[in-house]
Amino acid sequence: MSRPHRFRLTAAVAVATAAAFTLAACSSSPGSSSASGTSTGSSTAPLTASAPGITASTILIGSHQPLTGPAAPGYDEIAPASTAYFDWVNAHGGVYGRKIIYKYLNDAYDPTTTASVVRQLVLQDNVYAIFNGLGTPTHLAVVSFLNSEKVPDVFVASGCDCWDNPTQDPETFGWQLDYIREGKILGQYVAEHFKGKKIGFFYQDDEFGMDGVKGLEDEIPASQVVAKESYVDTNVNVAPQVAKLRAAGAQVVVSFSIPAFTALLKLTSLKLGFNPQLVVSDVGSDPITLSGLLESFAKSAGATVNGNQLTQGIITDGYLPSLSASDSWYVLFKKIHDLYDAKEPLDGNFFYGMAVAYTFVQAMLKAGRNPTRADLVNAINGGLPQGPMLAPFAYSASDHDGVTGARIGVIQNGVIVEQGPVLVTDATATGAITDYTGTEQQAPASGVPSP
Amino acid sequence: MVEFLQFTLSGAVFGMVYAAIALSLVLIWRGTRLLNYAQGGMAMFTTYVAIEVIYRTGSYWAGFVVALAAGMVLGAVCERGVVRLTTGRPPLNAVIVTIGLLILLEGLAGIFYGGQYRSFPAAFSIIGLRVGHTPIGVSRFDVFVAAAVLVTTLAFAAAFKYTAAGLRLRATAFNPTIARLSGIRVARVLTVGWALAGLLGALAGVLVSPSTFLYPNSMDTIFVYGFTAAVIGGLDSPAGSVVGGLLLGIVLSYVGGYLGSQGPDLTALVALGILVVVLMIRPDGLFAGARLRRV
Amino acid sequence: MTVSTLPRRLAVVVVVAVIVAFLSIKLGAFRDYQIAEIAYEVTAVAGLTVLTGLSGQISLGHGAFMAIGGYATALVLMHLNWPFIVALVIAAAVTAVAGGVVGVAAARLRGPYLAGATLMLGVALPAVAYAFPATFGGDQGLDVVFTVPSFLGVNFPLTRWQAWVGTAVTLVTLLLLANLCYSRIGRNWRAVRDDDVAAALDGINVAVARIRAFVVSATCAGIAGSLLAVITALVAPGAFTLTLSIALLTAAVIGGLGSLPGALWGSLLIILVPTYATDVASSHGLSSSVGSNIPIAAYGVVLILVMLAFPQGIQGGVRRLIALFGGPLAREREHIATPEHSEKEGSS
Repeated sequence: MSRPHRFRLTAAVAVATAAAFTLAACSSSPGSSSASGTSTGSSTAPLTASAPGITASTILIGSHQPLTGPAAPGYDEIAPASTAYFDWVNAHGGVYGRKIIYKYLNDAYDPTTTASVVRQLVLQDNVYAIFNGLGTPTHLAVVSFLNSEKVPDVFVASGCDCWDNPTQDPETFGWQLDYIREGKILGQYVAEHFKGKKIGFFYQDDEFGMDGVKGLEDEIPASQVVAKESYVDTNVNVAPQVAKLRAAGAQVVVSFSIPAFTALLKLTSLKLGFNPQLVVSDVGSDPITLSGLLESFAKSAGATVNGNQLTQGIITDGYLPSLSASDSWYVLFKKIHDLYDAKEPLDGNFFYGMAVAYTFVQAMLKAGRNPTRADLVNAINGGLPQGPMLAPFAYSASDHDGVTGARIGVIQNGVIVEQGPVLVTDATATGAITDYTGTEQQAPASGVPSP
Repeated sequence: MVEFLQFTLSGAVFGMVYAAIALSLVLIWRGTRLLNYAQGGMAMFTTYVAIEVIYRTGSYWAGFVVALAAGMVLGAVCERGVVRLTTGRPPLNAVIVTIGLLILLEGLAGIFYGGQYRSFPAAFSIIGLRVGHTPIGVSRFDVFVAAAVLVTTLAFAAAFKYTAAGLRLRATAFNPTIARLSGIRVARVLTVGWALAGLLGALAGVLVSPSTFLYPNSMDTIFVYGFTAAVIGGLDSPAGSVVGGLLLGIVLSYVGGYLGSQGPDLTALVALGILVVVLMIRPDGLFAGARLRRV
Repeated sequence: MTVSTLPRRLAVVVVVAVIVAFLSIKLGAFRDYQIAEIAYEVTAVAGLTVLTGLSGQISLGHGAFMAIGGYATALVLMHLNWPFIVALVIAAAVTAVAGGVVGVAAARLRGPYLAGATLMLGVALPAVAYAFPATFGGDQGLDVVFTVPSFLGVNFPLTRWQAWVGTAVTLVTLLLLANLCYSRIGRNWRAVRDDDVAAALDGINVAVARIRAFVVSATCAGIAGSLLAVITALVAPGAFTLTLSIALLTAAVIGGLGSLPGALWGSLLIILVPTYATDVASSHGLSSSVGSNIPIAAYGVVLILVMLAFPQGIQGGVRRLIALFGGPLAREREHIATPEHSEKEGSS
């Protein structure tokens, strides 16, 4: 009677001990605290391991990205694009001679997984910084952890204005145009160019769509807004929303939607015989992606050419240069794309990935030859040049927002044609929208920013 | 009034897709008393095969036929190769195996075809049909969807009732031991059952993918609602699948139309509500037969 | 002759606790975090394996109960500022009530119908968080603040504290669960699972037994959700998707349905296999979409192979191994786990 129980005790101890040894064998030693490094070294000073993740020859950065799962389509192109740009920089002298190693882990857009992989990157792999963590609910899961561990959390891939919180989250910085600003810019355009017309909103039922609508409502008179319809990305049947927009007589529909739902909006509108002027957020308006989603329907929808017909005339905004051969950034990124990642389409997401990587290299160059983690944060707090962005960054010690404005564009023949001046604003309800009079920076000939 | 018609018709079209998935689950349940959790994943995979064929040959119908054939092959292979090995084991083992199959198929689709959204063509025009000047909420393609599922269902029903093969399937489902004693090759019949279920799933995949776009997880939600439709209708009843699918699709369309579009998406909660209400009244689904209790 | 097994179980608990405490100090911060993750996973899977294995009721939506526990904890900590242990008890109580409600609704449902209903529950419940964004934080969820208590000093790492708390709560829960399973209540569950008509004839209230199983199982999941909230420091709908519910069921079956050690094996498998496969895939420098999907495909293959190779789950395999090598040490205890395929013949 007692034997099975003794066996159970023994077995439990044996298993636990075996597990202990296995885990001990697998674990790496905890990272050392960062040594102090000089932030202003002369150009001949030797390279040292000045911070966790930095060695004499490498810089290790980490990220969490949705590489699989329902949120992956489209967004899984961004990290490989950044890697391609880092490969280029590494092949052209690196950052003060150091190569950037970009380790991004899949979180499948699940905040629990994000919490786990980011701890792996910080506690086990000892990355120097977390770069371009993607997604609002996912990144929110790790913001307090990164800030309490004093790990730089730079250029979050999300337009939430929650990254602008320097007092509580000094390590965290945004990068892309936040959704409220974008709503204001699009809203002002609509208010000015569609006076007296009936406006409808179509937006994703999360902070992306709701912040966008907040910005729109700051600029568009409430009397013009006849319908506000939201969707969730788990339900592809948007016929009810479109039917409501049509029934309200909307002549202009402003859409804060991801590309799949922009396409669904267009397709369902065709089905219901509804043809409003579409104004779409930058998030959901990439012409290449949209054409790809719509091309199967072009013929059956009555168009005689390709999916481009269905995107013709869509008004949108953009804070990165248009993908046209006359732009120096496009030329540079296309060269890098063809060299390092030719299989992927060179679309808006790809451009995004390269542009944010460029900004990171600029920040690292500014941080100095032997940077500590604090040096990177201070470098960004001191402001960064705008690089490929159309508008300047907001970065300062009191403002961790990213780019401050965008330019309106219209999709014509599958390409966004920019119109009008670059508009900059802030994220408050009453902040003015002004023209930006600075000039766009040209891409450096070497493709690597100068220190 | 027009809105009501639009919601009803567009809901019915989605409902027919749920019915197709539900039918495939019913087919497998009746034949093997198993839940095929991979049904949606199999449909997604065969739709990828179809789109590759369409790209290479330029012909929609070639892809359509290949998808259905691939569905049959995939169903038979899954049953023969993997699920067969779980007979005689606890029933949950087969569920976990099919879950493993689903995950495997989603991974393979990502590896072979990439994770991007793919646009899947519609067989017919997607421009809305009109009565007079009013669009009624469905297009020619939607009518095709409903018709295709309906015709397939009726064909299956007729085959089950009037052909010898159908009789064998029904006999095996009723009592495999006696069927075996009557000389029926039960193992072969089970494979055929899974193959037909695979065909139904593939049909659902090509019919719904124009609306959902195709990516490795695109059939996940459709599967959940198809499963719900099967449960509502009763897992032993093909007619129940169609009724359950239509009921679910139409009611959810009303919810989205009249309640949901300005606030949170109540679709899943309402589906849960319908399920709970139906199962409270009829624990074995709407069309369940009388339950035998052996004491 | 009944020998009290409670002291023996307590001894096991103490030994495991000491081992984990030792490991948590010896290993690094990330491993501590993984210990905490495994802890809450085991709690949830243990509850589910009792429900499905011992009382024969399948649940495809157990993530919903974890969500309830997690959100309850987050709300209590945020609005009332009470200590975690109080929040944990409240979360357990709330989830127990929810489990009772679901159990009542599910009492008449069998097999696939119960599966369908719980599946939809698992899908629909997170939608409630979207329906009341002011209370539940919508898509972004609620932050949870969890700190090391001051008596441990300033330098005590948070991850180690999380590992300790997680392990302690899990061990207590497993102890209570084990006592329950070997009591009259547990025997009633097994009787109802194997033949509910015979059980009813024997005077067992079938409905009460089934509902009780749901309550206990949901409470475990609620406790697990509470731990998840303080360990990951966030509760958001994206953390409680259908994927989580399916993973719990998978862990329960693969580990060995109805067995508590099986809960550990299953949890280890579903946490460690994807990580290991990801490491292997990414070290080969494959293109992103291939490299990120190989671990997924591999995980699917592992599930299928393990399920086919160990029809009674990993714990069943362990038992067989012991029987093969153990000789007299391996006298089979009362077989409490997987029901021998008791197919209920319904209507045909």
